[in-house]
Parts: sequence; structure tokens; C-alpha cells
Amino acid sequence: MIHQYKSGGMNIVLDVCSGSVHAVDDVTYDMIAAYEDINNEASIKTKDTVFSELNVKYGTSKEELSEIYDEITELKDAGKLFVEDTYEDMAGELKARTSGVVKALCLHVAHTCNLNCSYCFASQGKFHGERALMSAEVGKRAMDFLVENSGTRHNLEVDFFGGEPLMNFDVVKEVVEYARSIEKQHNKNFRFTLTTNGVLIDDDVIEYANKEMSNVVLSLDGRKEVHDRFRVDYAGNGSWEKIVPKFQKLVKARGGKNYYMRGTFTHLNPDFLEDIKVMLDLGFRELSMEPVVCAKGDPMALTEEDLPIVYEQYEKLAELMLQKDKEGDPFTFYHYMIDLKGGPCIYKRISGCGSGTEYMAVTPWGDLFPCHQFVGDAAFKLGDIWNGVTAKDVQDDFASCNVYAREECKTCWARLYCAGGCAANAYHATGSVRGVYESGCKLFKKRLECAIMVEVARELR
Amino acid sequence: MKHIKTVETRNLCESAKKGGCGECQTSCQSACKTSCGIANQKCEKSDKEK
Ligand code: SF4
Ligand code: SF4
Ligand code: SF4
Repeated sequence: MIHQYKSGGMNIVLDVCSGSVHAVDDVTYDMIAAYEDINNEASIKTKDTVFSELNVKYGTSKEELSEIYDEITELKDAGKLFVEDTYEDMAGELKARTSGVVKALCLHVAHTCNLNCSYCFASQGKFHGERALMSAEVGKRAMDFLVENSGTRHNLEVDFFGGEPLMNFDVVKEVVEYARSIEKQHNKNFRFTLTTNGVLIDDDVIEYANKEMSNVVLSLDGRKEVHDRFRVDYAGNGSWEKIVPKFQKLVKARGGKNYYMRGTFTHLNPDFLEDIKVMLDLGFRELSMEPVVCAKGDPMALTEEDLPIVYEQYEKLAELMLQKDKEGDPFTFYHYMIDLKGGPCIYKRISGCGSGTEYMAVTPWGDLFPCHQFVGDAAFKLGDIWNGVTAKDVQDDFASCNVYAREECKTCWARLYCAGGCAANAYHATGSVRGVYESGCKLFKKRLECAIMVEVARELR
Repeated sequence: MKHIKTVETRNLCESAKKGGCGECQTSCQSACKTSCGIANQKCEKSDKEK
């Protein structure tokens, strides 16, 4: 299977199963589109009819067309075009290999928040339940649980999440200290991430985050008026003025360590490139902007009419990235980071996000859920950090999620980059974790096209 | 080749032979938290091992 598209003034051909990427001229682009038909006996197209068509369209000589045809055949023979999908049978294998191994936890250290953002999927951090803070005891037990269940896995990830985790900063510190005290003896390496709205950032937090957190995720929506529309405190005051200087200070002190400015865009600002530009102006270079996730019909939900605008923004964003590269002032956009040379192996590409299997969320009470987006939905409770996973049937549903378990994904050209999408979004959109969240797919595919285009442009420069 | 420029990419078919160690980051653990995609994940295996 191949996927071809035009972007950034280039003709790009992706060979889905081998992962090969080619940039071609116009006539080759059309020839590739017709190639399989030429070689399909059931089709009325033959080499002659296609060559004549292309000769009329581009004025290319028969000799040259023949040359192009041979180049395509050469790539096909080299396993770089029209490669068959032989992965489906392996799909269950990685999950089987790694079954019972947990390597990442999202710790909900604070189900409460000092902001009152109206679009919060966690409903102001409470996740539709009571306000609560995780105790140090629960946090430490979660670290033990992770170590005990991580098998031979060396790298373990822990994300301090909320609500707002800095509202329980002392516990964060205690948990980190505890994890560090046990990692050597078990031959583990903990990597911590902190996701924060910034309100409570001070010098102490900055110093600590730079020392212990391998990544910090900072919530900022971009333009002040966009950010302050939703990200308000309980008195209704916007938070932009207050947090931006704190973020700037933190990022400056970070000295090259990972961070992300993470924004959300909604129906009210589908022109999110303007927000990205504001982030750039503020000095941030590691950026991420996510489409809001909310129920259909919600006034913030992106509509069909928004999609063309959003697509255009993604394209312009790609152009801006290339332009900034040229100016010697590059920035990263999370969804456009794609490592064509390295990048994940095929197992990773088909096994999906790992929610409910290698990745779980822990509530302030120590209950386990398949991931942060399922927290608060009792039907999805997996068990707890003392007794492990007890709801095996719920876990099995997640364990069976892989890209070939979904009909739509089996034939989707983006499948080996997407891995089957987000189970939580699928569940909210279709009622099944094995469904497909269609508008998410559309955006994903657009982003992937742009991401590959940027890489090709960089490569061919 | 005159008409086709091929960008260097990881050979996915080959990766089936040695991959699957599971050491890499969990997708959602990083920036986005609301959607998945593994395209932007880093492989933790060194080039030699791949
Ligand atoms: S670290 Fe690399 S080889 Fe191992 S599972 Fe991840 S992508 Fe595959
Ligand atoms: S984009 Fe959609 S259809 Fe394609 S693999 Fe991802 S979830 Fe499946
Ligand atoms: S189900 Fe969705 S939100 Fe949950 S870990 Fe997977 S990709 Fe992330």
C-alpha cells in the first residue's frame, strides 16, 4: 500500500509497510498512481494507455516514461514501494511478549485545581468525584507497584498529573525521593514528568523540576484572550499574566532539558497558528497544541466547518517551521517530530498506546485505571496498587487493542504512525475502546502528512 | 535515480526482527495526554542493536 499527496510544493509518496518515503516529479507521481493498475490483469489500463495519457499530459517522451517505469520497478524490487503488509499476524505478539509488564504510571497526586478551566476533561481536576490529594504513602506504594510489575524493563516513567500536581508538591517530592532510593537496587531508571498550569511555580519548584523532572509540560493556550477565556481562577480572572513570566523563568533555567508548552485549541480558536506564534514570541521553542476533546455538540467542540481551517493551519505551521529553520531559529512542534531514520520499531507501531496494560493511571486513593482519561469512570476500574489488576476482563479489552484489531485501521495508510488512535477518544465517540474516533483520524492524518513533508524538505534541502 | 529521490528511513520490515524490547516511552506519557500517535516516539535501542 502506498499513500501519495502533494504538500509544500512537493509530490510525496509514502510506502506504508516499509516506511520508505520518496519525493518525485509530477509525471512520476502519476505513473506511481497508475503502476499497480498497469500490472493488474483485471484492469483495462496497460503500459501503453498510461504512457499515452502521460505523454499527452506532460509531453514526456516514451523513452523517458519507460525510464520512469523502470525506476519504480527497481524500488519495488528493493522493497521500497508497494510492499505487502506482513505485520498483521505479529500484531498481538508484542502485547503478548510484554503482557503483565507495567512500565509507566500517571499519578493523580491532586484531584483538585487552583484554576477552573471550563474545558477541563477532568472537570477542574476532580474527575467527576471528590476533591482529594494523594498521600505520600499511596504515592510510595505506587512506586513499589511499578517496580514489582515492570519485569526486566529498565526505564520507568512516572507522570505527576492532576488536577494540579503542585497543589501537592510535598508529596511529589517525597515520592521522587523514595523512587530514587529504590531504583539502583532494582536496576531501574525513573523518568519523571510534571504537568502543571503554572500558578504555583516559584524558584523552589523551578530548581526542583530542573533537577528531577526529565520533562515538564506547561499548559498555555497562546494568545492572552484565548488562554484567559477558559483558563481562569475561581474568581473568574484570567491566569495568563500571572503564569507566563513563571513559565519563561522556568524554561530559561531548564538549560536544554525537555519541556513542552502545551495548548488546547477549540471551536473558538481554530486559527491556532496565531497562538503558536505568540508562544514563539514569548521565547518558547518546544510546542504542542492539541484539539480539544469534548462531547459532540459541546459549543467548544470542533465542527466539520472548522476542519478546513484547521488543515490550513497545520500546513502553514509546517511552512513556518521550515522558514524558522532557515532563519536559524528552529522550534519543535510535538506532532511534527518524526524521526524517519530512527523512530519506533514495528512492534511499537502496531501495539498502540499501552493504556490499561503497560501504562495505567493511579487515583489519589490508589485505584488503577487504564489511563488518565478513564479515571472516574467506575466501569473501567482495573484494581488497585495493593492488589494489582483484578478486573481482568476490563484489562483484556485494552490488551486486545492493537492497530489490526480495528477494521478502519487495518486499511488506513497512517496505521503504522498512529497505532490505532486513542482508546479514550474512541470510547467517548463510539462507546467502545476498540472504535475509531473519526475526526481525530482526520486531524492525525493531516498532521502526519505535514510532518513527513517537513522532514522531506529538510532532507532534500 | 533521476525522477525519484528516496529519503533515508528506518526499514520497518527489518525492525520486525529485532524490535519489541519495550524500553521506549509510553506514547501518552509525554506532551499530549489526549491522543496517541507513536510516530514521534524515540527508539531507545542504540543503532548497533537495531
Ligand atoms: S525501544 Fe525501539 S526496539 Fe524497543 S520497543 Fe521501542 S521502538 Fe521497539
Ligand atoms: S488514523 Fe484512524 S483509522 Fe488510521 S490508524 Fe489511526 S485510528 Fe486507525
Ligand atoms: S487511551 Fe488515549 S489518552 Fe489514554 S493513554 Fe491511550 S492515547 Fe493516551
